[in-house]
Amino acid sequence: MPEINVTPLGAGQDVGRSCILVSIGGKNIMLDCGMHMGYNDDRRFPDFSYITQNGRLTDFLDCVIISHFHLDHCGALPYMSEMVGYDGPIYMTHPTKAICPILLEDFRKITVDKKGETNFFTSQMIKDCMKKVVPLNLHQTVQVDDELEIKAYYAGHVLGAAMVHIKVGSESVVYTVSVNKYAKSHISAWIDKCRPDILISESTYATTIRDSKRCRERDFLKKVHETIERGGKVLIPVFALGRAQELCILLETFWERMNLKAPIYFSTGLTEKANHYYKLFITWTNQKIRKTFVQRNMFEFKHIKAFDRSYADNPGPMVVFATPGMLHAGQSLQIFKKWAGNEKNMVIMPGYCVQGTIGHKILNGQRKLEMEGRATVRLLISFALTKRLIHVGKLLACVFCFHTLQLDVKLQVEYMSFSAHADAKGIMQLIRMAEPRNMLLVHGEAVKMEFLKGKIEQEFSIDCYMPANGETATVTTNPSVPVDISLNLLKREMALGGPLPDPKKPRTMHGTLIMKENSLKLVSSEQALKELGLNEHQLRFTCRVQLQDPHSDPDTLHRIYTHLKSVLKGYTIQHLPDGTVMVESIVIKVSSSAEDTNAKVLLLSWSYQVKHRHCPCSRLSKLGQKHNRLKT
Amino acid sequence: MKLYCLSGHPTLPCNVLKFKSTTIMLDCGLDTTSVLNFLPLPLVHSPRLSKLPGWISKDGTINLEKVLDARELLDLSTIDVILISNYHCMMALPYITEHTGFTGTVYATEPTLQIGRLLMEEVVNFMERVPKAQSATCWKNKEIQRMLPGPLKDAVDVWTWKRCYSMQEVNSALSKVQLVGYSQKVELFGAVQVSPLSSGYSLGSSNWIIQSHHEKVSYVSGSSLLTTHPQPMDQSSLKNSDVLILTGLTQMPTANPDGMLGEFCSNLAMTIRAGGNVLVPCYSSGVIYDLLECLYQFIESASLGTTPFYFISPVANSSLEFSQIFAEWLCHNKQTKVYLPEPPFPHAELIQTNKLKHYPSIHGDFSSEFRQPCVVFTGHPSLRFGDVVHFMELWGKSSLNTIIFTEPDFSYLDALAPYQPLAMKCVYCPIDTRLNFHQVSKLLKEVQPLHVVCPEQYTQPPLTQSHRSDLMLELQPPPMPYRRCSVLNLPFRRRYERVYILPELANSLVPSEIKPGVSVATVSAVVHSKDNKHTLQSVPKPPPVAPSKKRKRVMDEPPVVLAPKPLLSGAVPLEAFLATLQKHGITEVKVEETADGHILHLQAEDTLIQLEEDGTHIVCDNNEPLRTTLRDLVLRFLQKL
Repeated sequence: MPEINVTPLGAGQDVGRSCILVSIGGKNIMLDCGMHMGYNDDRRFPDFSYITQNGRLTDFLDCVIISHFHLDHCGALPYMSEMVGYDGPIYMTHPTKAICPILLEDFRKITVDKKGETNFFTSQMIKDCMKKVVPLNLHQTVQVDDELEIKAYYAGHVLGAAMVHIKVGSESVVYTVSVNKYAKSHISAWIDKCRPDILISESTYATTIRDSKRCRERDFLKKVHETIERGGKVLIPVFALGRAQELCILLETFWERMNLKAPIYFSTGLTEKANHYYKLFITWTNQKIRKTFVQRNMFEFKHIKAFDRSYADNPGPMVVFATPGMLHAGQSLQIFKKWAGNEKNMVIMPGYCVQGTIGHKILNGQRKLEMEGRATVRLLISFALTKRLIHVGKLLACVFCFHTLQLDVKLQVEYMSFSAHADAKGIMQLIRMAEPRNMLLVHGEAVKMEFLKGKIEQEFSIDCYMPANGETATVTTNPSVPVDISLNLLKREMALGGPLPDPKKPRTMHGTLIMKENSLKLVSSEQALKELGLNEHQLRFTCRVQLQDPHSDPDTLHRIYTHLKSVLKGYTIQHLPDGTVMVESIVIKVSSSAEDTNAKVLLLSWSYQVKHRHCPCSRLSKLGQKHNRLKT
Repeated sequence: MKLYCLSGHPTLPCNVLKFKSTTIMLDCGLDTTSVLNFLPLPLVHSPRLSKLPGWISKDGTINLEKVLDARELLDLSTIDVILISNYHCMMALPYITEHTGFTGTVYATEPTLQIGRLLMEEVVNFMERVPKAQSATCWKNKEIQRMLPGPLKDAVDVWTWKRCYSMQEVNSALSKVQLVGYSQKVELFGAVQVSPLSSGYSLGSSNWIIQSHHEKVSYVSGSSLLTTHPQPMDQSSLKNSDVLILTGLTQMPTANPDGMLGEFCSNLAMTIRAGGNVLVPCYSSGVIYDLLECLYQFIESASLGTTPFYFISPVANSSLEFSQIFAEWLCHNKQTKVYLPEPPFPHAELIQTNKLKHYPSIHGDFSSEFRQPCVVFTGHPSLRFGDVVHFMELWGKSSLNTIIFTEPDFSYLDALAPYQPLAMKCVYCPIDTRLNFHQVSKLLKEVQPLHVVCPEQYTQPPLTQSHRSDLMLELQPPPMPYRRCSVLNLPFRRRYERVYILPELANSLVPSEIKPGVSVATVSAVVHSKDNKHTLQSVPKPPPVAPSKKRKRVMDEPPVVLAPKPLLSGAVPLEAFLATLQKHGITEVKVEETADGHILHLQAEDTLIQLEEDGTHIVCDNNEPLRTTLRDLVLRFLQKL
């Protein structure tokens, strides 16, 4: 039995460093190649030694597919392709291809230049890695090789996020990141009923069923507005690309409508560039933005200005979007430290936070933060110092290690799930759409996965797997065999069945399957003989029946003919001029012996292929006896 | 398989393919050359035009010629899908989707839809802003048309000329469009798969593959091998076609696009330096992007830095904006720009530096900001409607000015006719990037289709250059020419169809090897057909007959359909057969040799067996068990098919 194996190298019952190996129909595919935000050691990257202990991965992988540009999905790509070694194709959509190298470079800078790590990938490696990328268009069917084909669907998670449909022969797997159910507003959103053997889905928000997006937006605006009104500052930690742009649009229009004066800042240097990407890839954004882009490009902001570090100390209300999104490093953490002591201020976490980050801690209600972790301190210091002083900073870090910085968190902490990860409802909807035969969950916490697994198995009665890292889930498939049928044969059978299928009368067909080299052809038996150059071997049977009849031979035959006509209703009976009677395909002849003209021999002859239902022997031989009786 | 040809215009094709019970329309181009028979529609009152000696009261309504009123040829409401290859070939869409009872789907790429919408919007806008007080239709009557002066008198099929559609009809027609991406496989009713391929001619332009598991038709329309802005043409996917339908070759086989571009630039620079204005009548999308890009590089070197460039069209802004957001559909060079991120076309910079300005029409801002000498790009290239009419009136009288024709769709002499006498200089640099005959024969050699179908114009040299045998298609076997209203029977027979054997049945098959490498198995199965997909399942076992006391009832049960006996092949070897008989207790056998084989006389049973090369005949009395035994013994030596 053919089978499909799925092994997560990362993101198996865990959030972060997504990397899933799929082997299907003899092909090996790597889905995503991400890094883990919560670790700074080897656990940061997926364990590629699972694939091979030594040497490059090229021989073991047919292709790598990246679903979207978030680092937990593509962060390990240069490491995998340049440091471990992989030269095959890497597929991603155009926006992902455009944005992913920038985020990788950013990530590299933070790790190498600021944290001072060595043995990390270089800028050149990122460039070399991106040269191996083949861009994917939506709905384009890409033939990776003769057998393996992949097709991307719009996923609506972040700009350029895609679901992928992977197909080998009649087996298929669909991999989806985080499907945004609001993606439907996009013209080409959503997947068709492709009935994959396995649907692999993220389950980050497996237990959450979020209220409508509009409600959350209103809630978000209300909270920001209230804080501004009472003179507080709002910090929104975001990642440079993705939801940030959507929230910017939201605030921009709100500011315009309410005629607010408080400044909005966007902290990262990427802003302008990022917005530019959104402008150029507008076909990947939602319908509303697309429709109006000629009149007014939504990504040209009037109220949102670039942030400078010194602004953080300015008095009065302000809103700041700062990176990164989980408060684990960088500018957002720096601002957070400055503002944390004032209860008038507010931090709004618009997305998921990985365990171990400050974001995760404060969301869990921790109000006193110990800033003593080695990595954290070193980070803070390196941020506080200019680049030239990095080395000094490192020295200082060692000194500060022994200090304990305690931070009282007094500001309000709000959590708003704007991150477009799939929630339970979205996943259920997706299952309903794609009708998979099996379900496999990744990129979620084990407990939440367990809950969703139960729900899926109960509602759809399909098997649901949730392998841990390094564990393999195996699904056996039962593909049907494609065969070329001769059109004549098919049409003949169709004609027998009448124009409309009749459930009571199944249309049966009989033919010969010729297996030659790799082709399978189903033809009628006659055609098979001809095609194979074989002679037919006729097998005939003749049965002699003795009877007494005083008439001449032709008369006897005629009497038999009229008798059969009256007895055998519903059969074709012919009296042929050559002195034979045909009952269907059975031939009846009469001959008389030379000595006794009354003693006649009836010869019944039929071929092997005659159908049983007019089995001649039993019925027709009775005829002889009957005939004897007739005469008397 | 049949091909109905509804358009005789080789670059604005409209064909209908009937293939495996689907009816597929390939493009619906709108031949607008008929507008040349009408007077221009001026934006402002023109004393000259209104004083022209009229023939009774001249009919001023601009009509567009519809592809063809095809009702006699086939019922357009039976069309299942329309495949669009590029935005120039969809202009007749509202006529087909709105007034024929069409209920199908239209497939097109996203740029084709968006830019096609812009072009339609532009035409509608041009028409609607100069409403006509009266319009005449009576002249279309054959009797009256006969009395009209030429060339109207000689115009054919004027009854197919239609009034321009409205924006409402455009919107309704375009709402039937389903977007597709290159190499996307679209299933039609499970019977046919269609797939667009990049054709390299314009943004989102496509050729189409229409195929089933065993047949493949390629539809090539408006393709280009030149490296302009669109994604390069996908040639390899056209390989192994049974039939290749070839349309949309260059209309200017003798004009080299690069040379024409050079001529365009030098004439433009010359006129500007001499203090004149340049008028470029053009469509709002397509070649204009290349012209602007060429000018972007040319401006500095020709020191035209201060000359204003105006692009005037109701859709000018949209067209320029849209061109920047279709990165996926652009050539590699432009795609990489987007990754930087920079706009793929340099006209963004021209706009930013105020060198290129765009206006919806000559009214409004344009009239106050307009400076001369300048370069104006505006439509419509037929010179019969749109803002271009105004500039012809304005600039026609000065020999300093130049009009440069770049669009190949209209004869420039006919276009200029109503403006004569004209002092303005005329330069004709038609830029047509579509395949020329040399390129197409190379392409066909490469992709090797079994048959080629093309408009009859391509099978002979153009009328004006009858000696140029290089300006026609020469192929072996010769291409099948079509003309308007012809119906072609495409020359291939379908012989096989794909079915799927379900795993249960597949496991129950018993293959036997007939020759080395060739095995056969007899198959008896139930055919299930759904959505044109056929599957074979095992024949369900009849439910066990409940032991019933009433035997009669049992007899009434419908007879179980049994598999027919297989055909037999091979021969029965005498020695081995005799040995087998012996094993089964038949020992008294008398063998008699005949011309064709042997006759075996089984004396104890009074039975004859005639063994021959291609047949076996068993003659016996009414002894069923014996016959069955003998039959089975014979069958052991034969192959069953």
